Amino acid sequence: MAVSFSSLQVCLALLAAWLVVGFAGLLRPRSIRFAGRTLFPLGALCGAALATVAGLSLGAAPESRVLELGLPGLPMHMRLDALSAVFLVLLGAASTAISVFSAGYFRKGEGTLPGLLCLEYHVFLAAMGFVLLADDAYSFMVAWESMALSSYFLVTTQHRIEEIRRAGFLYLLVAHVGALSILLGFGVLQGGSWQFTFDAMRAAHLDATWASIAFGLALFGFGAKAGLVPLHVWLPEAHPAAPSPVSALMSGVMLKTAVYGFLRVTFDLIGLQLWWWGLVALGVGLFTAFYGVIFAAVQTDMKRLLAWSSIENLGIAFAGIGLAIIFRGSGLGHLAVLALVATLYHCLNHAMMKSLLFLGTGSVLHATGERNLGRLGGLIHRMPWVAWMTLIGALAIAGLPPLNGFVSEWLLLQAFLFAGDVPHPFASMLLPAGAAIVALCAALAGYVMVKFYGVVFLGQPREASLSTARDAGFAERVGLGLLALGCVLLGLFPALIVPVLDGAVAGLLHVPTSRWGGPWWLLAPERARHATYGPPALCLLLVVAVVLSIYGLRLVYHRTVRRGPAWDCGHARSDARMQDTAEGFGQPIRHMFEPFFEMTRKLPSPSDPTPTYAVTVGDRAWKLLYLPIATAVHAVANAVAWLQQGRISTYLMYSFATLILLLAFVL
Amino acid sequence: MHPLPFSLQLLNACAALLLLLSFAMLSQRRTVNLVNLLAVQGSLLVIATLIVAWRTGQPHLYVSALLTLALKVFALPMLLHRLIRRLNVWWDTEPVINPSGTMLIGLLVVVFSFGLAQPISAVADTAIRSTLGIAIAVILLSFLAMITRRKAMSQVVAFLSMENGLFFGAMSATYGMPMVVELGVALDVLVAMLVLGVFFFQIREQFDSLDLYHLESLKERD
Amino acid sequence: MTPLAATTQLLEIVGAALAAPAFLGWVNQCRAWLQNRRAPSLMQPYRGLRKLLNKDAILATNASPLFRAAPYVVFATMLVAAAIIPSMGTGLPMSTAADGIALVGLLATARVFLSLAAMDVGTAFGTLGARREMMVGFLAEPALLMVLFVAAMLSRTTSLPLIAETLAGQAPALYPSLAFTAVAFLLVMLAENARLPIDNPATHLELTMIHEAMILEYSARHLALMEWAAALKLFNYACIGFALFVPWGAGNEASGPIGLLLAVPLLAIKLAIAGAALALLEILSAKLRVFRAPEFLATAFLLAVLGLLVHLLLET
Repeated sequence: MAVSFSSLQVCLALLAAWLVVGFAGLLRPRSIRFAGRTLFPLGALCGAALATVAGLSLGAAPESRVLELGLPGLPMHMRLDALSAVFLVLLGAASTAISVFSAGYFRKGEGTLPGLLCLEYHVFLAAMGFVLLADDAYSFMVAWESMALSSYFLVTTQHRIEEIRRAGFLYLLVAHVGALSILLGFGVLQGGSWQFTFDAMRAAHLDATWASIAFGLALFGFGAKAGLVPLHVWLPEAHPAAPSPVSALMSGVMLKTAVYGFLRVTFDLIGLQLWWWGLVALGVGLFTAFYGVIFAAVQTDMKRLLAWSSIENLGIAFAGIGLAIIFRGSGLGHLAVLALVATLYHCLNHAMMKSLLFLGTGSVLHATGERNLGRLGGLIHRMPWVAWMTLIGALAIAGLPPLNGFVSEWLLLQAFLFAGDVPHPFASMLLPAGAAIVALCAALAGYVMVKFYGVVFLGQPREASLSTARDAGFAERVGLGLLALGCVLLGLFPALIVPVLDGAVAGLLHVPTSRWGGPWWLLAPERARHATYGPPALCLLLVVAVVLSIYGLRLVYHRTVRRGPAWDCGHARSDARMQDTAEGFGQPIRHMFEPFFEMTRKLPSPSDPTPTYAVTVGDRAWKLLYLPIATAVHAVANAVAWLQQGRISTYLMYSFATLILLLAFVL
Repeated sequence: MHPLPFSLQLLNACAALLLLLSFAMLSQRRTVNLVNLLAVQGSLLVIATLIVAWRTGQPHLYVSALLTLALKVFALPMLLHRLIRRLNVWWDTEPVINPSGTMLIGLLVVVFSFGLAQPISAVADTAIRSTLGIAIAVILLSFLAMITRRKAMSQVVAFLSMENGLFFGAMSATYGMPMVVELGVALDVLVAMLVLGVFFFQIREQFDSLDLYHLESLKERD
Repeated sequence: MTPLAATTQLLEIVGAALAAPAFLGWVNQCRAWLQNRRAPSLMQPYRGLRKLLNKDAILATNASPLFRAAPYVVFATMLVAAAIIPSMGTGLPMSTAADGIALVGLLATARVFLSLAAMDVGTAFGTLGARREMMVGFLAEPALLMVLFVAAMLSRTTSLPLIAETLAGQAPALYPSLAFTAVAFLLVMLAENARLPIDNPATHLELTMIHEAMILEYSARHLALMEWAAALKLFNYACIGFALFVPWGAGNEASGPIGLLLAVPLLAIKLAIAGAALALLEILSAKLRVFRAPEFLATAFLLAVLGLLVHLLLET
């Protein structure tokens, strides 16, 4: 073919293809076969192609183009640079696996018609793509809002349930408050030129005050989407409400668009960075991470647990960005690169592992109809595929080598190791202590994952109905397998991926790219001299050690293996109800971090013949922040309510008075 | 990498150990152990004073070290031990308010005082570059200990440890206070100790306990 | 890879695997002496392992493959950890693959697998033990990481052999931060190895145990591996302690084969002293209630962070 297309064109075409696939769903809206067998696999193909094209474009120079679409005089600017490409790869790769999974997931009679669902799903995907490509405030906001709206409809798939409608409303509300803040942020960023293209914003010169305001608005706006505390309340509501593939997309990909937006605004659009911004972002991020993980540890609903875990991970990502800003603002560009590479790697990781876990819960939900951890258990025997894939995701998110979660943790800790070099008195002391919080969160994530996995998949089934649970279907297995593969590959070959990310980040920060020493199997940041991590070698060592211990043992051990009832210290009776529950597993955390939780306990009286004990854990943010706001809004609304007199003539009078007033202004 | 002379390293180590002791005091539940920790703190102070005296060759610091030894390592702990025996609060434990939380606050206090001392130490002689921050931290941590304690005995111990911190700060920053001041302070502490001892007996006679919680009933209004 | 490095590496792995039960035996022996009991032989742990290897294994009916795989994974992890901790020599080729942070990750892997296996059969004790183990772990892990962080900041590297080499090679200096981290490390070591104030290795009292509760359902070869892995873990921790706080005497390229030869008896002496100290410490302390364990570990964590702060103040 003589005609060659640029990467940007192909990307745009693929996004358009997603839209086409989505609208094709309307042709046969009631057919689950058409959507599942044809449309979702097509969508997955587009995703794979998008990831490939974006991945190939990574080394290339940024390219931009103007689409004469939309309102006259307001063309849409599109631009593909390395940062966009990294996130497009993330979007494409995660959506491929999730679409494959979705092909087998959606069933009849679950709320919205399959065709409509297909439309919403693909519009959601395309909107996220456009967010990543947008190069002016106008198209960014259009894409951003389409993303919010389409995901709102996806969340409320089962809109007949009151609770889900409420969750959807809350999500929409926070999304719009955030969007408003972003819009205002763009308003500040244009810096008096009234040009809303990103190019104009890059050129605009802001003084420190206005730049700080723009930064604050961006942190608020994108923080609302990312679920930073205290704007996190929508996440634990919306994720359990949505169907699992949608939860996976929202958690795995959509939250990352917030990271993308924040990076774009902070490093690309605002010309200067003050180091104390980083302190703010770092503080908020670390607090969010800690808050998220302790709440994840006390959850009893598996999807809610994962949602809180997402809050934690986004907190870590924002902490990484904060660290990068501090380094950049203090003139330590190479360390800023290290911190940002860690952040981007963490985003990639999280997209893989959190999607994997959400899809795993989806399969469990379909097989058992249960989301409550207290009614699950022992599923590793019934659903081995889902169980083993989910195990990979759980180990990865717990940050265990040689899987991927550990790689970003390692990189971030390496960055923290040099935080003592920052030339600001208090910061140089506080920053290394930040590493302690990161380490604490990582260890707590391990706690959360042992709880999640142990309660859902291990032990004895807590309900009789679980014995009929069946493993996931073919398409679902493939989807899970792809994501698990992603986790393993990202875990084993960081030395191949990190230099690519480094290029993207260095372009963003306008610093020379770092040299990452070491062969393909060894991750060796040049700055962190003598710090090396070689996951393939480590993995090989572990495998060799396992094999050696198996065969070595066989040389000396010639006895048989029998099966028998569990010993349990000789207790005669042991049933499923005697296992630790999810509540029980979370008890130490509840006990230790009591001030953070809003707990209501129901203690039985000693004379009660049928004693019951119940404890519910709530989020203090509601009482401390949201209720006062709601009360205030209510009060204002009440004060304005007297305007509503109920008589037509009064209302006409209002219009009349307004008209007169406006005319008087004109006078 | 360490250009510091050995004596300074030793001084730094003393300072660090003082800080460690302050944290130990913060988390200690037994009154008797608190007094023992105070004695250890005193002996560290003696060592630190001797080091500074040897480094600077100021004879009055030797006297000061001797004074510290006599007063803070022997006299005060012995007095306190006698008080404990007479008041029979040997195994008196007290509910420390969430030790981990207190220690976390203590950590923030340390960061604060280190940051506070940084600009001062930047312009100062190397000898006090780092010890000043620790001295401030010890003072503030003792203050924290006084706030979180309820028993009169532990409050007095914390108070004395605060004085130790002050002494350490003065010694490391200006190579000790003038002899007159030092003698005065030493006497003050001794007298304060004696007065407090009498005070203890009074409180106990009044309330049958050394729990300062009872003092709340003395306020005028409810 | 030089022949010397390869020898060191092999010696470290095999040595650790073989010597670990003896170290455990030594600690038990010291403890018995201090308690005025007649001590079991140094060989007792080996005899225990042999006994277990001569028995039929019984698996619970509902044990999953994860349960069977866990002993191998835990044991292998401990072996790999032993391979990257410089105990006899610092020329460890395998330590390029995993630095100090990865070591903490490896130990966490072992812990997670152990806990998952404990939850697998679904007995009350197993799940209880898993919960407690994770409770101890989530505070001990960051504390250990912070301890390593201080050492890494002192030597500007996270690779364990290089840390040991740098610390040993410097002119003798007092590092106050290491005093803090040493205390923190000691607390972590006691907690992580199920030693006395946190867990009692000598009892099977249901209400107090952590480690024993998790491996209740294992028998024969699986149990043997688990016990062996526990002994290795204690050995590894002791060696981490040596590498950070008494790094002198490990052989390296400069000291050649003779250095390595000398390092072996030196390590034995270090281990003997550490074992005796550990036993003494255990004799002197009483078991803490489980609810007090977090306080104990939080202290370790905060001390490690404090060590970091002191390092930044005093040693930069």
